[in-house]
Amino acid sequence: MASTDIIIHDKKDNVGVVVIEKVAPNQTCNCWIMEGDGSTTVEAKNEVPLGHKLALTDLNEGDTIIKYGHDIGKVVKSIKKGEHVHVHNVKTKKW
Amino acid sequence: MNIPKSFLGYKRENGRVGTRNHVIILPVDDISNACAEAVANNIKGTIALPHSYGRLQFGADLELHFRTMIGTAKNPNVAAAIIIGIEPKWTKRIVDEVAKTGKPVEGFSIEGAGDIETIMKASKKAQEFSIWASEKQREECPVSDLWISVKCGESDTTSGLASNPTVGNLMDKLEPLGVHLCFGETSELTGAESVCAKRGKTKEAQDKFMKTWSDYNDFILKEATDDLSESQPTAGNIAGGLTTIEEKAFGNFQKIGSRQFVDVLTPAEEPTKGPGLYFMDTSSAAAECVTLQAAGGFNIHLFPTGQGNIIGNPIEPVIKLTANPLTAVKMKEHIDVDVSKILSREMNLDQAGDELIKSTMRVANGRFTCAEALGHREFVMTKLYRSA
Repeated sequence: MASTDIIIHDKKDNVGVVVIEKVAPNQTCNCWIMEGDGSTTVEAKNEVPLGHKLALTDLNEGDTIIKYGHDIGKVVKSIKKGEHVHVHNVKTKKW
Repeated sequence: MNIPKSFLGYKRENGRVGTRNHVIILPVDDISNACAEAVANNIKGTIALPHSYGRLQFGADLELHFRTMIGTAKNPNVAAAIIIGIEPKWTKRIVDEVAKTGKPVEGFSIEGAGDIETIMKASKKAQEFSIWASEKQREECPVSDLWISVKCGESDTTSGLASNPTVGNLMDKLEPLGVHLCFGETSELTGAESVCAKRGKTKEAQDKFMKTWSDYNDFILKEATDDLSESQPTAGNIAGGLTTIEEKAFGNFQKIGSRQFVDVLTPAEEPTKGPGLYFMDTSSAAAECVTLQAAGGFNIHLFPTGQGNIIGNPIEPVIKLTANPLTAVKMKEHIDVDVSKILSREMNLDQAGDELIKSTMRVANGRFTCAEALGHREFVMTKLYRSA
């Protein structure tokens, strides 16, 4: 089995977490979907470090980020599939 | 994996079962610590539980103090207890409640006698208790006699991804066997509070959870100079890849798997609605939380960590697991279960859950945890507000 670059928690998630030191632009990343023990791939657009998230689909302003199958915040700047998802393009809905 | 149906525990007079057989010397208040520690030093096989409070507390804060003291001594991991306080009245209040379990307990008060005479009297009784307890044997007990509490600490992205879900997997497998389970950390559920509330088994449990969380949140809004958006997630969390407070909360929330909670407990409250999962209103500070859960009667604790929290408890064994491969190597002496192979997909959650169950059973049977071998005995009282 190919080594895992990204872990996706839940089938519904639209982000995955990098579990290697970093993924590089244009790298085809092997993803493990924990729920149901499945696999997929995604091409990274940016360098994304360990522990950080990458978009699994195109996302527009106002869209909801789903991780663990739950709403973890809103998109404030549109994100392309394979791009880094973090505080520069996602904010809490709490405040 | 076939889950073991039984473990070797200490059967107590009231029907509860201990995974440990401690004789404790419990000071009622801060100024009785010296006396309690002297007794524990005199008599082998006993441990003192010094702490910082117990004078001029009042109202709900005083009630919590008593609940923690009484619950700690009642815990089935305690075979017998010596209670030492400055005054006879508060000491007796604790002794009388603990005596209802049927376990040996005796109180001593220092006022009018002084430390030295009290140490002598209490040491004689402690010696009697220690010798009596040393003859207790472990017996085969059903797995349903395990009361398992959980709390995570020094979390990083590996916690939400792997070590917390491993605990959740254990809960999903053990709850149907009639085990009692407990999670807490009111503050760290902020962001996931409405989803967490929906896990309440009844409308009553759901409403009770929302009220508990709202009371906490109102307190934060009253005391805080801002809305926490500057401190949650922390700068360290953000550097590690956590983006929002919701994301942090859902990572924490993985510890309860797909379980529903039966009831909401006040700090240090003993569950009374039968087996299943309970939420306890606790601080997210590790030692305070575990102290409250032990006082609630829980007899074994699971503690997932990312960066490497080192906490232990004097009466409730604390099993640590990590999915962070660096922590597993660099802080090996603190880690009981290494589930870092989840990240490299060499282990799935089902296998990790099984590994954790095996380790939990071994510790329940008497195997020392890393924290026990290292002498971690953090006993920290939760204080609600300042004393009079």
